[in-house]
Amino acid sequence: MKIHIKNGRVIDPASGMDSVQDVFVAAGHIQALGQAPADFHANQVLDATGLIVCPGLVDLSLRLREPGLEYIAGLESEMHAAAVGGVTSLACPPDTDPPLDEPGLVEMLKFRARNMPGPRVYPVGALTRELKGERLTEMAELHEAGCVAFSQADAPLLDTQVLLRALEYATTFDLPVWLRPQDMHLSRNGVAHDGVVAARLGLHPIPVPAETVALSTILLLTRETGARVHLCRLSSRAGVEMVRQAKRDGLRITCDVNIHHVHLSEMDTADFDSNCHLVPPLRSQRDRDAIRQALREGVIDAICSDHAPVDDDAKELPFQEAEPGATGVELLLPLTLKWASETGLPLAQALGYITHRAAAIMGVNAGHLAVGAPADICVFDPEAAWLVSPSNLASLGKNSPYLGLEMIGQVRYTIIDGHLDFKRGARRSG
Amino acid sequence: MKNNLQLTEDGRLKHLLSLDGLPARILTQILDTAASFVAVGEREVKSVPLLRGKAVFNIFFENSTRTRTTFEIAAKRLSADVVNLNINASSQSKGETLLDTVANLSAMHADMFVVRHAAAGAAHLIARHVAPHISVVNAGDGRCAHPTQGLLDMFTIRHFKGGFHNLRVAIVGDVLHSRVARSQIHGLTTLGCPEVRVIAPKTLLPRDVGNLGVHVYHNMEQGLKDVDVVMMLRLQNERMQGARLPSAGEFYKHWGLTTEKLRYAKPDAIVMHPGPMNRGVEIDSEVADGPQAVILAQVTFGIAVRMAVMSILAGN
Repeated sequence: MKIHIKNGRVIDPASGMDSVQDVFVAAGHIQALGQAPADFHANQVLDATGLIVCPGLVDLSLRLREPGLEYIAGLESEMHAAAVGGVTSLACPPDTDPPLDEPGLVEMLKFRARNMPGPRVYPVGALTRELKGERLTEMAELHEAGCVAFSQADAPLLDTQVLLRALEYATTFDLPVWLRPQDMHLSRNGVAHDGVVAARLGLHPIPVPAETVALSTILLLTRETGARVHLCRLSSRAGVEMVRQAKRDGLRITCDVNIHHVHLSEMDTADFDSNCHLVPPLRSQRDRDAIRQALREGVIDAICSDHAPVDDDAKELPFQEAEPGATGVELLLPLTLKWASETGLPLAQALGYITHRAAAIMGVNAGHLAVGAPADICVFDPEAAWLVSPSNLASLGKNSPYLGLEMIGQVRYTIIDGHLDFKRGARRSG
Repeated sequence: MKNNLQLTEDGRLKHLLSLDGLPARILTQILDTAASFVAVGEREVKSVPLLRGKAVFNIFFENSTRTRTTFEIAAKRLSADVVNLNINASSQSKGETLLDTVANLSAMHADMFVVRHAAAGAAHLIARHVAPHISVVNAGDGRCAHPTQGLLDMFTIRHFKGGFHNLRVAIVGDVLHSRVARSQIHGLTTLGCPEVRVIAPKTLLPRDVGNLGVHVYHNMEQGLKDVDVVMMLRLQNERMQGARLPSAGEFYKHWGLTTEKLRYAKPDAIVMHPGPMNRGVEIDSEVADGPQAVILAQVTFGIAVRMAVMSILAGN
């Protein structure tokens, strides 16, 4: 398959390249930029006039709900939703049913994903068996089966001795450990930021120290073990400050945020919208501003969708009883563009947080657009306006805080491994 | 708030879910209407035909005898047909969702739902999903709101103090877990009370309670100084389990309302309590039964206020 992408504005965040030129794809790789190679005969020509051509997006957290939770969503629907969102590589957390704690499960998942259209799937293995926080998984075996990192997802790891040993063991094989800092005692029964909205509505609070106390433990144990730790879903200004200091001190850590935490705050939960019930909770506007600042400064390394499809029965409940999480992979690009335009950040820089920086954390060869690189490409219309509605979302999860609102920026083509995986209908909206 | 769920497009009361977000004119309308109903309870014939032919469903997902009874009396005095449902043990345990339960009850041709639920926002959720002709009255949702209790407290204050504009009011006790306190705070600030205080140990206050427009005190001597109204809150025994308080005795010593502590308030201060009282925990019997207490008047006014709410929601 040879594809010629014509006349697009080609942005490669990794190199800073940003210019209108042609891209030539052959044999699953980018064969040339600018001039066509000798004897290049395209099977397919994509006119990208007025469109942006960038590396396919890399999402650090996307729940496929397989195995075990297919009544909510599954590989077919969510991998397609990812492609619709321009994502070409994704990491899926181990909080499936059963959790990804055995090599056989991981091999099956990889096998099923490989035989389906859609992005490259990189499972994150369970750090402990059944995610119970008690016994270690066979990390080396799981790594061979395809796991790129190990995590507890949102399951608690109460026992600090187990955490220490898990970090030591992972470090033995130089395997990365991804941890979401949340103290399970301080956050017990909590559903909302311990701020003015929780005070007003009487929602059970999760105080900022639920994040910082856990973060402090993780940072101390990382220092002790030299482990490769990635911190998931920071939510607070105080947490961001601790990461800033730890990085200054030379700790080899990285961290990410959920795109929703870049835009939303506790104020968005004020009418009990259960689609704004997230983990960690949406915090104050000051926290959100600190996250934005830390992203600009590179203290936060990447943005992810933390895509979590939830069915209506689990969402149409009182706020505290509703299952947390938001569907998000199809909003990752437009919300990143919105952040860039609100803060005046150059596109090449903003897109880096959802491409090459995320790929570096995942440790995979993706997220860059250069000759010889895998042909994983996203072509999007930066001006196209579309409405977030259940029928406009490909994901089976319709649980978005943005339902009824307009997005600017829409994917037109997603190329994965040199094949056109997704093509939006010719009709151009907006 | 994206839109005000509680009001119709032309600004009339559609649902009563919380005093948060209701304008002063609506609160005043309810209090004025309630004043006209107080006399009904004192008559030989205690009913008026304002809700004749209407079906009021009391749906209680959480146990309550007192509140449910006062709603039942209020609805009957308005000549409505009343159906009481306690759902805590039946359908919910069979896996039926809250909205399914409500849809089933709607199909039985209800006109009004009076709802109590353990989760904050439950009444809002129901109001968002009921048929357009049905009104929802929140009879208590988690820690969020108990608007008819807040309104009857406002009625009581206005009755004894004539208004709100020169008052200093203290709310004492477990504000954190109290839907009553939140409704009182919104009622008082909306009706123009210039100084609302909360008095409690830090473990029984939300972290950002100051942002609700109240002054925060931890000490009764300072907090009760020169107040016109003392509103006590119920302290539930389970608070002693979760490391919020060491003992009922220590709470009583510092925050229990005794005759001695009441002396810090103005000599004509009134003492209120939403009931049921824990004598010897948050309030001493001498105060509860004393001349400054208006606790039984609150109960009587509660029926008139609930009649007023239902009558206004029914379009009268």
